[in-house]
Order: sequence, then structure tokens, then C-alpha cells
Amino acid sequence: MSRQSDFAQAILNPDLPVPEGLRNPEGAPAGKRFSVYRNNVAVSLSEALEVTFPVIRKLVGDEFFKAMAGVFLRQHQPDSPVLVFYGAEMPAFLEGFQPVTHLGYLPDVARIELALCRSYHAADTPPLDPTALQTIAPDDLLKTHLHLAPSVHLIRSKWPAGSIFHANSSGGALPTEMHPEDILITRPEFDPRVTILPPGAGAFIDALFNNTPLGDALKQATITSGNFDLTETLGLLLTAGAITRISEGTK
Amino acid sequence: MLDTSGTPLQTLPNAPGVGYKPQHFAAIMENPTPVEWLEIHAENYMGDGGRPIAQLRHLAERFPISVHGVGLSIGGADPLDTDHLKRLKHLCDWLNPASFSEHLAWSTHEGFYLNDLIALPYTEETVTRVADHVAQVQDVLGRKMLLENPSSYLAFAESTYSETDFLAEVVARTGCGLLLDINNVFISATNQKTGAIDYIDTFPLDHVGEFHLGGHDQDTDDAGAPLLIDSHGREVANPVWALFDYTLSKTGARPSLIEWDANVPEWPALAAEAARAATILEKAPA
Repeated sequence: MSRQSDFAQAILNPDLPVPEGLRNPEGAPAGKRFSVYRNNVAVSLSEALEVTFPVIRKLVGDEFFKAMAGVFLRQHQPDSPVLVFYGAEMPAFLEGFQPVTHLGYLPDVARIELALCRSYHAADTPPLDPTALQTIAPDDLLKTHLHLAPSVHLIRSKWPAGSIFHANSSGGALPTEMHPEDILITRPEFDPRVTILPPGAGAFIDALFNNTPLGDALKQATITSGNFDLTETLGLLLTAGAITRISEGTK
Repeated sequence: MLDTSGTPLQTLPNAPGVGYKPQHFAAIMENPTPVEWLEIHAENYMGDGGRPIAQLRHLAERFPISVHGVGLSIGGADPLDTDHLKRLKHLCDWLNPASFSEHLAWSTHEGFYLNDLIALPYTEETVTRVADHVAQVQDVLGRKMLLENPSSYLAFAESTYSETDFLAEVVARTGCGLLLDINNVFISATNQKTGAIDYIDTFPLDHVGEFHLGGHDQDTDDAGAPLLIDSHGREVANPVWALFDYTLSKTGARPSLIEWDANVPEWPALAAEAARAATILEKAPA
């Protein structure tokens, strides 16, 4: 193995011996001096995860989160120096991490936090002028495509992940029962926002993400829920600046 | 070697700058005194948009900006990450910063990023590799870069160059400039039981385009010897200020940055550190 492979392995695995040929000023083995690197790497990656997953940290507790981050970072090192996007594997990790598998909602809460992070750094796109929809004849409108901003993310959860997120970030009430929720992340100007969607809106927005024409998206939403309210959902999307463009045909 | 003769570049002023933190945005826009320029960590501005990029555009209209990379792994045994180099190029192209700098260290191995600036041995093999990487960076960015001396905690048995000779050799081969981190000099000299003044006296000072000043933590090694840690989490220590003063007596005033990256204080505390740097810069020889 090369020098840097030995070094990298020993940094990540404190059970391995300190690589040979590293000296203190007296020429003796470096010992604790090497631990500076071990500590810097583990602490800084763990802190990067704390920045991205504050609600997960609150849900599992600070001490547990630190220990869990230690396990995570040894399984998943960042694949890029752009650390703001570190932690994409967290939802899948939480699904399989035995001490928390009984908290079934955690992976979806982590998905919300990842989406917030991506939304925060997403490209700036001017929102569609709401009056643009009014200039199209109702029949033509159903054939159009609504294009969503790169800062928009949809999470369709079997759990009340949005309510749990709000309760642990902005102090909302904890859900009284474990119902499914569709959660939308939007970014009006600079600050991403988490919205729990009304019935059918998740199916509707899912269809828009799949480039489905408005009419078919409406059909899918109505099949999902008899209470789907198109005006309300379009209003929600337009107010949040989530729609960037309207187009006809297949594109 | 990079030919920069045809491109007049904006330069950093021979005055205090600070490492930019978003929580200081409003205070800086209101009254930055005595800070005249700002440094950003390149990797924090590699998203596609949003507030970070908007703030940076705003700041760049008013201040010269230094882009300081922390993740390129110039001392890495692997080839440079070309995706990351492209991201750096994109940032430098739209921002047109007054300076670009990176570290004599490695952080990425076999595609995984360890988020620390890890030391390398100084040998014929590594000097060639580092010089090749620096030349590649300068070619891709189309600009001269500054290479920063690291803080060190241990020594490599196989090293055949001193750190200052190693840096001088990289300068000779690539035409790059140097970023002299005074705190790192003090940390390494303490940890290696060598002389900080000797280091400054043998450093290729003519090529220094910027100084760094930061705080360090104190620990001890297995034998109870002092072990200083480069934490950037407090005020610059008094002996580091003294070493800065000594260095400026030889170089004259150069762009000088206060780094405070952990336990980041309110703006007045950071501005006070910059004011202390300003006092020393003002009495430096012209």
C-alpha cells in the first residue's frame, strides 16, 4: 500500500497502528501527534453532518447523533470537497442503522433536511408571473406543462415527517397519529420553506415533476383524493415562486 | 510555466482582510473598518445559486476578494480531481477574484475527501508531483496561484527537503507565489522544536503574496511536549503577532488575513484583530 493509503486508512480507523516513519522531534514514533489528524477528520465531518441534519440531531439527541455520525462517516466519506452536499446517504443509512430502525420516520425527516440544503444552494430562477396562466384558454391550459424551479423538492412520506420536522424546528404541535404526508420544499427568494401538502397535491406535483401535462396531472390528483383543489395547489405553487415556466406540447 | 504577462490582474491591497463569515454580512456592509478585503473558502460557493452566491456577488462589488481553496489536495498522490478543478474555474471565471490560493497538503485519497489538510513528506517524488499539480491549476485557471505553508504535527523519516527549500523549488518550477501563514510557522516550529525565526529567514519572502494570521489551541503529546493545534478558533497568539512584526520588517506591508473559522465571534472582535494587524502593517517599511 502507498504512503497515503496507509495514512488515510489509519486516520479513519483508530484501531490501526500509526503508520511507520512518522516522527516526533526526538525521532521517536509520532504517537498522539498522528491523532490530531484522526480527530480533525472525525470532528469536522461530524460537524458538517450536524449542519445539514439539525432536526435528526434533535430527534436522537446530541450524544447519540455524535456516535452515529462517527459510524456514518466511516462508512460514507465525502466523495467531493463540496461539503455542503455531504450526507446524501443518510436516509438509507438510517433505514439500516439498527439502533434507530424503530423510528421509521427518521429517514424521511433526513430527506426533508437534505432537500432543504439542496434547495438553499439551487440555481436562482425568476418565478412565473401568475397572470400568465390567466391568458391561456381553459382547454389549452390542460395541455400545458408547468415547469418547477430547481429549488423545489417533493417528499412523499408514509409518516407525518413534515409535522415531525415542524414540531422539532419551529415548535409546531407533534402529530397525534402516524398518518402519511406529502411534503413540498420551495424557496421563495433565499429561504427554503417546508409545506405539508393538502390532499391530492402530492400526486399532482409528482406528475408535474414527471413532465405530465396539466390535465393528466389533475386526473392523477383527483384519483388520489376526491378533495383535491387545483386552485389552492396552483396558488400555493405560484405564491412560493415554485413554477418557472409554462409551455405547450411535450416539452 | 504560466505566462501572465498579458493579463493585468486585480491585486489584494497591502492591508488587513478577514475570512468572510455569512453572519457578518450586515456588519461588513455597514462599516468594514479597518478591513479592506475579504477571503472566502472556495468550496462554500460551489452551489448553483441562492443566498451564498448572491451575498458573494454583492461583496465583490465593494471589496477585492481572495478565493482560498481548501479541498484541491495539491499534495495528493492521485491526479487532481478534474471535476473540482472545473468548479474552481467556474468560480474564478465569474468572480474574477484578486487572488487564488491553496495548500501544500493533501485531503483526498482514492476519491474520498477527508476534510483536513494532511502533511506530506518532502522528497524528489513529492516536489515533482506538487509542482505538476500547481502548474496544472495555473493552466486551468489561467492565473497565478499562491501556495500556503502547512501547520505540521509530525515529521516524515523520508523527507530530504526542508519545507522552505521545498516551497522555493515549487516556486522555481511553476512561477507560483506563496501564502505565508505565520500561525502555521509558529505551530510547526513549536511542534517540531525548530526555530520560527530561522524558518522566516530561509523562506523565499520575495514570492509572498499574502499572510495568514489565525489562532491555535494548546495540547501536549505523549511525552508531555507542547503540541499546538491549528484550530482558527480564537485570537491570534502574542508570539504569532511578534513573528508577524518580524516578518514584515523584512518584507514590508503585504495583504494580511485574519482567519477565525471555529467559535466565530461577533464582528467587533474580528474587526479588533484586523485593527491589530493594521497597526503592525502601518509601521512596516514601505
